[in-house]
Amino acid sequence: MAWASSASCVVYSVGMTSARAGDPARAGVRRSLTGWGRTAASVADVFTVDDDEQVAMLVGSAGRRGVLARGLGRSYGDAAQNAGGLVLDMTARRAILQVDEATGVVEVEAGVSMDQLIRELLPLGWFVPVSPGTRQVTVGGAIAADVHGKNHHRDGSFGAHVQELTLVTGDGRVRRVVAGEPLFWATVGGMGLTGVILRARIRMKCVRTSTLLVDTRRCANLDDVLAQMEDDDRYDYSVAWVDCLARGAALGRSVLTRGRFATVDELPAPRRDHPLTFTSRTRLAAPPGWPNGLLNRYSVGAFNEAWFRKAPRARMGQPQSVGAFFHPLDGVAGWNRIYGSSGFLQYQVLVPLDSPDAIRQVVASFSSNGLASFLSVLKRMGSGNPGYLSFPRPGWTLTLDIPAGDPATGMLLDRLDEKILEVGGRSYFAKDSRMTARSAHAMYPRLSEWREVRDRFDPNGVFTSDLARRVQL
Amino acid sequence: MQNVQRVVVIGGTSAIALATVREWMSQRPGLQVVLAARPTPARADVANELRGEGAVVSEHDLELTDPTLARAQIETVFAGGPDIDVVLVAAGVLGDQEAAWTDVDAALRMTDINYRGAVLVGVLAGRRLREQGHGAMVLLSSVAGERVRRSNFAYGASKAGADGFYLGLGEALRGDGVHVLVVRPGFVRSPMTEGLPSPPLSQDPSQVARAVIDGLAHGRRIAWSPPAMRWVMAGLRHLPYPLFRRLPV
Ligand SMILES: Cc1cc2nc3c(=O)[nH]c(=O)nc-3n(C[C@H](O)[C@H](O)[C@H](O)COP(=O)(O)OP(=O)(O)OC[C@H]3O[C@@H](n4cnc5c(N)ncnc54)[C@H](O)[C@@H]3O)c2cc1C
Ligand SMILES: NC(=O)c1ccc[n+]([C@@H]2O[C@H](COP(=O)([O-])OP(=O)(O)OC[C@H]3O[C@@H](n4cnc5c(N)ncnc54)[C@H](OP(=O)(O)O)[C@@H]3O)[C@@H](O)[C@H]2O)c1
Repeated sequence: MAWASSASCVVYSVGMTSARAGDPARAGVRRSLTGWGRTAASVADVFTVDDDEQVAMLVGSAGRRGVLARGLGRSYGDAAQNAGGLVLDMTARRAILQVDEATGVVEVEAGVSMDQLIRELLPLGWFVPVSPGTRQVTVGGAIAADVHGKNHHRDGSFGAHVQELTLVTGDGRVRRVVAGEPLFWATVGGMGLTGVILRARIRMKCVRTSTLLVDTRRCANLDDVLAQMEDDDRYDYSVAWVDCLARGAALGRSVLTRGRFATVDELPAPRRDHPLTFTSRTRLAAPPGWPNGLLNRYSVGAFNEAWFRKAPRARMGQPQSVGAFFHPLDGVAGWNRIYGSSGFLQYQVLVPLDSPDAIRQVVASFSSNGLASFLSVLKRMGSGNPGYLSFPRPGWTLTLDIPAGDPATGMLLDRLDEKILEVGGRSYFAKDSRMTARSAHAMYPRLSEWREVRDRFDPNGVFTSDLARRVQL
Repeated sequence: MQNVQRVVVIGGTSAIALATVREWMSQRPGLQVVLAARPTPARADVANELRGEGAVVSEHDLELTDPTLARAQIETVFAGGPDIDVVLVAAGVLGDQEAAWTDVDAALRMTDINYRGAVLVGVLAGRRLREQGHGAMVLLSSVAGERVRRSNFAYGASKAGADGFYLGLGEALRGDGVHVLVVRPGFVRSPMTEGLPSPPLSQDPSQVARAVIDGLAHGRRIAWSPPAMRWVMAGLRHLPYPLFRRLPV
């Protein structure tokens, strides 16, 4: 290992001919990988990496098919796959290195999960600044996809709460990258294509309790829910669940849930003594080998109906746990298997605030085609950040789960992509498994700026992924 | 198998292959198609038609009756370029069945194209897809290879050989992210069978195309077209020879 002189942000670089290269204990395993949607498997040499040197050495030894970091594989499509190349599994690097109890600033390894952060730090009054719909994502994955949560309208996406990154770039160097630098904003939302994130410094969010006070409201149709969401700013967290099978006047009927963390005084008396307790169990495991086609318009329709009826017409200030409010699906281990062997895809689009009609068209096409979508989610997003490829921007975002395998579905989604593009909207790389290069390039107009930065730090293009090849990033 | 973006067709003018390519294009325009075939006007016509329909087409020369040349040509097809999602092996000849077992040249021509050609492609495409870590190969086999019979045994035997090779290849490549599908069509009304009377269960190339796409979507190893052929052949396969010999097949 050679310490670099004073070169701006380079910490050190590692000799590429490290003797470890041939160490069998550190050999990769040729393995088939998919995303959470379990479609489009591909095979790569997977290395579970433990120290910085090994990461740098592997980046240096990547061949023609390149290298990519992978977290917990919760992206739905092919973002965390690199067919024929190297994949660095980062989940063994899960040390929380430093916690400043006074400011909530933490330094963590990239493989630390949201689950781990919450378990270890919520009892101290610090919650993750942004939480996706599952706790099973790594900090590296959260930065690479610049994930958003129910508080996006207020607090922005994950990248906004990162102060500094440690990154192995394409030249095998380990660099510190401070928020604001071009490489920082190319990495936030950069889908792992600017380097391997080793560590990050994050500002956590101060909370007094682990309980949320939630207001729930049933909305008769899409117009109703869109109108209700106009005053989202009164709440820290907000999201609506949409029944995409409802038709006619009930098209887009929804259950809107919004809330904030309770203060200690607001807790029921018995809980005031230990306001920050966090418990969460996985109650059920979805059995392997579910048949295909189990989720059809009838079964999903019945589920959606029950969900809608169960929701109160309007209820204020109901206490809910972190798990129930943020991560309801984490209660069922391996729920992605209920879609059977053909897998499923998630379609998440975002359209500008003044184009809610595009959302209506998406909901209407699903409803009229009877395409089963379990749990469709609608959210009003706030301002974006300078991340070149970061997904969030002000607008409406709708997320749908759809069983994969039917060519007609693919064709429908291609048509919807056109509509989304017409209004200046986009799809989310972390969820995507099917968009074309042409749409991706149109949806992310800052792609060429991003490429300039990427090419500067990875001139030989060693970082790549199935997603990057598919949509030509 | 979803998101088919780039396909290589070995036997680029085949009616069945063309129908399959069109089926993919109907799902998503802008398909990239690599046509490997003899440099005939027919190839140019096919390429231009597909271009007119929105495909991005490139052409490669391929002459399977010259094994040394064929090897170099196939190597070129699989060298470089963007990732290949599907390799469709469609080159084949039916030929004159009586010549194919009485005349050495005719017999070798049949094996060079139907068997040796398929094996060459299998090895070289297998190597490429394995390096990629993903992709599929589809062999257009035939029910004639399922149980070889008197009326077309030279053809049937060449198909049976290729069929077995690809089934084995599929097993060998299982851990490498490469899927192999063997499609066994019955009689197809195409240039290959021009002038022959259509037997029952005969079909158009588009039916085979759907069997290919469906078989890939479901990750099958073997697909029959029409699907009922499977049961017809299951019956024939175990028929005692004295009976089999007397069938009009
Ligand atoms: C049930 C569920 C709910 C979800 N809800 C939301 C939501 O509300 N909001 C939202 O934004 N997303 C959501 N997601 C998507 C998920 O948050 C993102 O896909 C996230 O990136 C997954 O993190 P991961 O650790 O699993 O990363 P992976 O899926 O393994 O990888 C995702 C990307 O990050 C890159 N990456 C991972 N680690 C590193 C590293 N150390 N260095 C560099 N690059 C790296 C990979 O190369 C890849 O491009 C949800 C997913 C699920 C399954
Ligand atoms: N038709 C049927 O009833 C039937 C039934 C079962 C299976 N199949 C199989 O399906 C496949 C496609 O058949 P099809 O019906 O589509 O027939 P087709 O239209 O006649 O196509 C045959 C293809 O083989 C190519 N070919 C022939 N000789 C060649 C050579 N020497 N070198 C390179 N390529 C050569 C042809 O290319 P040129 O343009 O250069 O001649 C053509 O592209 C064949 O493998 C066939 O055995 C057909």
